Amino acid sequence: MKIVMAIIKPFKLDEVRDALTKIGVQGLTVTEVKGYGRQKGHTEIYRGAEYAVSFLPKIKLEIACPTNQVDRVIDTITAAAKTGQIGDGKIFVFGLDHAVRIRTGETDAAAL
Amino acid sequence: MSLRKFSRAGLLALAAALLLGVALSLPTYRAAYAQAPAAAPAVPTTPEASAAAPAATPPACDAKTLERCTPNSGDTAWMLTSMAIVLMMTIPGLALFYGGMVRKKNVGDTVMTSFAITCLISILWLLFTYSLAFRAGSPFIGGLDRAGLQGILSDISTGIGNPNSLAPTIPETVYSMFQLTFAIITAALIAGSFAERMKFSAMLWFIGLWAIFVYSPIAHWVWGPDGFLNSANADAKFHVLDFAGGTVVHVNSGTAGLMAALMLGKRKESGPPHNVVLTMIGASLLWVGRFGFNAGSAVSAGMQAGMAMAVTHIATATAGFTWMLVEWMLRGKPTVLGICSGAVAGLVAITPASGFVGPMGAFAIGIAAGSVCYWGCTGLKRMFGYDDALDTFGVHAVGGAAGAILTGVFAINEYGGTPGLIEGNAGQVLDQCIGVGIVFVYDVIVTLLILKVVDLVIGLRVSPEVERDGLDLALHGETIQ
Repeated sequence: MKIVMAIIKPFKLDEVRDALTKIGVQGLTVTEVKGYGRQKGHTEIYRGAEYAVSFLPKIKLEIACPTNQVDRVIDTITAAAKTGQIGDGKIFVFGLDHAVRIRTGETDAAAL
Repeated sequence: MSLRKFSRAGLLALAAALLLGVALSLPTYRAAYAQAPAAAPAVPTTPEASAAAPAATPPACDAKTLERCTPNSGDTAWMLTSMAIVLMMTIPGLALFYGGMVRKKNVGDTVMTSFAITCLISILWLLFTYSLAFRAGSPFIGGLDRAGLQGILSDISTGIGNPNSLAPTIPETVYSMFQLTFAIITAALIAGSFAERMKFSAMLWFIGLWAIFVYSPIAHWVWGPDGFLNSANADAKFHVLDFAGGTVVHVNSGTAGLMAALMLGKRKESGPPHNVVLTMIGASLLWVGRFGFNAGSAVSAGMQAGMAMAVTHIATATAGFTWMLVEWMLRGKPTVLGICSGAVAGLVAITPASGFVGPMGAFAIGIAAGSVCYWGCTGLKRMFGYDDALDTFGVHAVGGAAGAILTGVFAINEYGGTPGLIEGNAGQVLDQCIGVGIVFVYDVIVTLLILKVVDLVIGLRVSPEVERDGLDLALHGETIQ
């Protein structure tokens, strides 16, 4: 089992969710986050005073899936979240030791 | 910790002083009230006359008939309305306008400052500041005959009290409360300069003393029946035109704000406004309330009020649009904060002129306000490097001074009874400049003195830790999520 964590542009969330649902992903967790990468930030001007906004709003997705599905999930997110512009985001993959469904007590693959 | 004790003791002392003031003023109030029935029987000479008296309606109040007269119901209705919408300019108008511009950790303190000032100024007004500002006394300060608002009841049948000669057709209660809302917003405007770093307790002391020693005398000079700058006072030294408060409200609050910003020093760090939508709602409330402020300053519901309302709207719209265009040209983008700031600058600049200028004069004043105040908040501020947090000086002192001087240029005899430079009366511009200069100099000196005293006794500024964590949590125990 793996955790796929993706940082994407906020307005791409619905497209990514639809695409993941189509390939059979049963659930994902979404967090509103801020951060920076190559895109850096931008400046805002209020009454002539410039303020550097160095952390931009992004969406963080976390998806737990069986190891054999990881590549499809990555491909799907990459295809759906891509605009070709700087700041599209990144995908990270971690190992997942153990999973439990709270309602039934099922574990690991059955819990995903 | 000892500082905190000091400030607590100070607040307790303030509360005790207020209670003492009320206790002391009560006997005089009763005495004034008790005299009235005793005086009343002296009027009707025979029993027949006393029986007939209630049937006859006293004549209408006007500038010549100020006793035993009937106030004008139309004027009174408009002034009751004006009072309410001018109060709305401060709470919630100004509170939101400023609240949107600060960072989230200081919103509560910023909106509460407007609210607390409303309460504090109202209490002082009742006790003696109304009397000091708007009753006859000397050319420099009014008398104390309305301390505790004693004798303010305008009872037309028995002759208790009478309209203030400054507003002859309405009850003095209405005039007093209408002028109270001006005293409130003037003090509350200063808060824009010291936002995000002043102690709440020091703010209360400063504003209370400022209302007594700066607002009251200046309002008396320019508007008081015997004020030495009042254009309506034949004996005045200088005939300064100030219809609704270009000098009294705006130059006054803006200058005090600059002094506070200089005394407090810069904020450790500043951030962008946390919510320009709040600021836009606040600016809109200021705009709507301004019709009560400027048209209400006619203290009647007639031709002059109508023209004041029209020019107020024209100047505000023009100034908002001008600021937006200037910003668009110079910085590449039109902003919400910019158009709102421009509109407020227009409101400020037309304030002294409304009632004296015509529609095209208002248009010119709007263009001047939008561009000059943009410079006041950017170039001027950068040149001197003071941290006028929300630009009270840049908008109000700069806009108020520009408006006051341009009033002398664009005044039209037909509209307000005084010709300006465009009608050949160059002397009026000089009088306007003198008015602005006197208010500025007095304000600088006395405001600095008050700030110095408050700083020595309890300290003006919060600790760096409080400033870093935000005033809301540290000073008020509340946060806005």
